[in-house]
Amino acid sequence: MFKYKYFFYLFLVSGILISACKTQPDTLPILGNKEEIDGKMVYHEIPDFSFINQDSQEVTNKTFEGKAYVSDHFFISCPTICPKLTKSMLRIHDQFKGDDRLLLLSHSIDTKYDTIPRLKKYAVNLGAQSDKWHFVTGEKEAIFDIAEDYFNIAMEDSEAPGGYNHSGRLILIDKDRRIRAFCDGTDPESVDDFMEKIAILLKEM
Amino acid sequence: MRTESDKKVFFYKNPIALIFGLSAFFMMVQCQQNPYAHGKIMYENFCVNCHMEDGTGLKGNIPPLAGADYLINHADKLPCIIRYGINEEMVVNGETYHAPMEGIPQLKEVEIANIINYINHEWGNNNGYTSIQAVRKQLETCE
Repeated sequence: MFKYKYFFYLFLVSGILISACKTQPDTLPILGNKEEIDGKMVYHEIPDFSFINQDSQEVTNKTFEGKAYVSDHFFISCPTICPKLTKSMLRIHDQFKGDDRLLLLSHSIDTKYDTIPRLKKYAVNLGAQSDKWHFVTGEKEAIFDIAEDYFNIAMEDSEAPGGYNHSGRLILIDKDRRIRAFCDGTDPESVDDFMEKIAILLKEM
Repeated sequence: MRTESDKKVFFYKNPIALIFGLSAFFMMVQCQQNPYAHGKIMYENFCVNCHMEDGTGLKGNIPPLAGADYLINHADKLPCIIRYGINEEMVVNGETYHAPMEGIPQLKEVEIANIINYINHEWGNNNGYTSIQAVRKQLETCE
């Protein structure tokens, strides 16, 4: 009899403690290098960019003014991680379909093969809304360079499957060009957590 | 002269016989639980990146294997597709796909047969069996 009482109280206390633990923060940190200039903290920002999307429209930072967006780097003929990345991006696209404060930006790192018509077909097949999910191409070096700003790696590598070596991070950018979260796009649990973080960011917008 | 009970004692007390018996038993049990273990390993090494662990592919671009009518309607094409890839329009469950698939030329006939048998019996599929002989014959007619 005495034993059961003990366990009951232990259970009650643990329950209270566990529920007090928050698994997500209230607000997302600002990620990347930062430095103090003239007494003000200056955070890592996505630099100016200019690419062309699947509708042959120019896509620049202005396209995302006042919006949050998720970015990745991929290529259509990729035999390794890209299908999973795109599938994760599609999940995010569908989940936040009705919320136009969140956009998506996928950069193709195979500027030779992934032409605008091919990107268009790829996007249409996915059911991606044009003004919500931009699939862009442009100057090869510009796309490779900006990958680093998005915490990603993208480079040509004749020894890599598909000819390109790149990482599979999905990055969340806020309306001030700052990185607020990232995840491994090939890991569904990582993406689940990332989607919760997107919701947190949208709340503060 | 060895009696019945002597023989039984031999079996139970001889460790080699016991190990052999147990291994045979466990192998049988394993086969019941996962008869396509090798096909699954092959699938995870060569196919999962595009067709995914759950066989659903990528919407509009990479056809699913789970519940795919193509596996039934074009069963004879599967060995050629796996070994040499495919770059033509194909209709799967009413949707048209035209993204090229790279073949895996280094796969042996037994490996191709195992992959086909795995995907034909996974994710709710129940599509019948193929044999190495059938795969060999189908590979002779690849374009």
